[in-house]
Amino acid sequence: MAVIVVLWLREVKKYLRSRVQIVASLGTPLMYLGVLGFGLGPVFQRAGEGSYLQFMAPGVIGMTVLFTAMFSGIAMLWDRQFGFLKETLVAPVPRLAIMIGRTLGGATVAVLQGTLIFFVTLIAGFRPVSIFAVPLAFLVIALIAVIFSALATAIGSGLKEMQGFQMVMNFLVLPIFFLSGAIYPLEGLPRVLAAFTRVDPLTYGVDGVRGLLTGRTHFGVALDVLVLLSVGVLFVALGAWRFSKIEA
Amino acid sequence: MKSFGKVTAVDDVSFDVQAGEIFAFLGPNGAGKTTTIKMLTTLLRPTSGSLELDGLDPATHQTEVRRRFGVVFQDPSLDSELTAWENMDIHGVLYHVPRQVRRERCEALLRMFELWERRDDLVKTFSGGMKRRLEIARGLLHTPKVLFLDEPTLGLDPQSRNQMWTHVRRLNQSEHVTVFLTTHYMDEADRVADRIAVIDHGRIVATGSSAELKAQTGTDSLEAAFLALTGTTIRDESASAADQMRQVARVWRR
Repeated sequence: MAVIVVLWLREVKKYLRSRVQIVASLGTPLMYLGVLGFGLGPVFQRAGEGSYLQFMAPGVIGMTVLFTAMFSGIAMLWDRQFGFLKETLVAPVPRLAIMIGRTLGGATVAVLQGTLIFFVTLIAGFRPVSIFAVPLAFLVIALIAVIFSALATAIGSGLKEMQGFQMVMNFLVLPIFFLSGAIYPLEGLPRVLAAFTRVDPLTYGVDGVRGLLTGRTHFGVALDVLVLLSVGVLFVALGAWRFSKIEA
Repeated sequence: MKSFGKVTAVDDVSFDVQAGEIFAFLGPNGAGKTTTIKMLTTLLRPTSGSLELDGLDPATHQTEVRRRFGVVFQDPSLDSELTAWENMDIHGVLYHVPRQVRRERCEALLRMFELWERRDDLVKTFSGGMKRRLEIARGLLHTPKVLFLDEPTLGLDPQSRNQMWTHVRRLNQSEHVTVFLTTHYMDEADRVADRIAVIDHGRIVATGSSAELKAQTGTDSLEAAFLALTGTTIRDESASAADQMRQVARVWRR
């Protein structure tokens, strides 16, 4: 237990210390909010879908959580060769404790980063329908964070070269984001695209957050949470198993 | 023996290290030094053969074996975004060192390795020699029986190297810790090690004290003895993924 806490604390401490990184990581979400949010706003309005900013703000929060969580996990490759990970791998503690500590740490950092973006969207003009729904929305955000931290651990455990990092970003992280319905509505999509959106866990995450914050949901929040919980259990198990197989 | 697919990295390596001695493991690049250390430190499982560390098999008694050794790897394994003290403290938690003991021992070791004044500075502000000293101090925190040092002086200036070995020797005497080291600097092995094993192409080619190796080869320096045992051909290993990353790391000075 002490091991999990100390490894979790390490991730959080590092995040809070890296001011420059925090500011830098705000760049992408700000682009999406500012350029897409205001750029596509008029078209969205004319199509009779209401405020685009209101629609996409939950998507941008989801994106931030996804990117942050995935990044911290994939950085494992570096950490294994030149960093602290190897130190933990030879310590007399179960691999499972290390994996859980790291994953929870990464997830916490992702939630913190998501919180920051949530406040940015408020400044940009996003208005949640009810203040009481906000804590619930953050529970869904926490689920998203755990899912993708665990997935990143599963992938990071197997990566052997730095080039693999690019592969994961281009063929996994970006598709997960673009297929999630973060920036477009899920209604009336071509059948193939619709099918892809349904196997993307982030779809349910964004839909859940959007449902709670704006009242607009495609699947219903209950189904979203159910799917997220099941995928979460699956990915944590997968991550733990892959992590236990690391030979440094 | 350890094979990676068709490549056999270590084949027929047999040696004994006595409790309390300083044992140097010498060999050209790619000879199998690091692979041997990884097997002894439970990071790799041997394909065949048996290992024993303080009477326990690293492959089957992982946790107990891990408690008994400290290790300084070839590549850094410190958390550079944390302070020296935090690095030590986390290590103590990972090795279940009780809080009170942890605090006292952290202080004693940091003082001994002349890092006490810098304990609250982030490790990324440390020089190469300071980082190495911190890693050794950390490796000793849980009072291990064996300390593995894999090329600990690589890239350090003579002053830092000299100081480091003085510390290691002193600790070997005061804490009776067995030291298992690898190095490319023959003068270090000559000066520090009680016994030396020379490994080449995954096999041990000679074992003995520095004097014995010189006598065996009829040479007057350890370096000459080493070359007599391993030949003068240069070993051109193909660069592995880790080597490529090392190059990137050098550019970014991480």
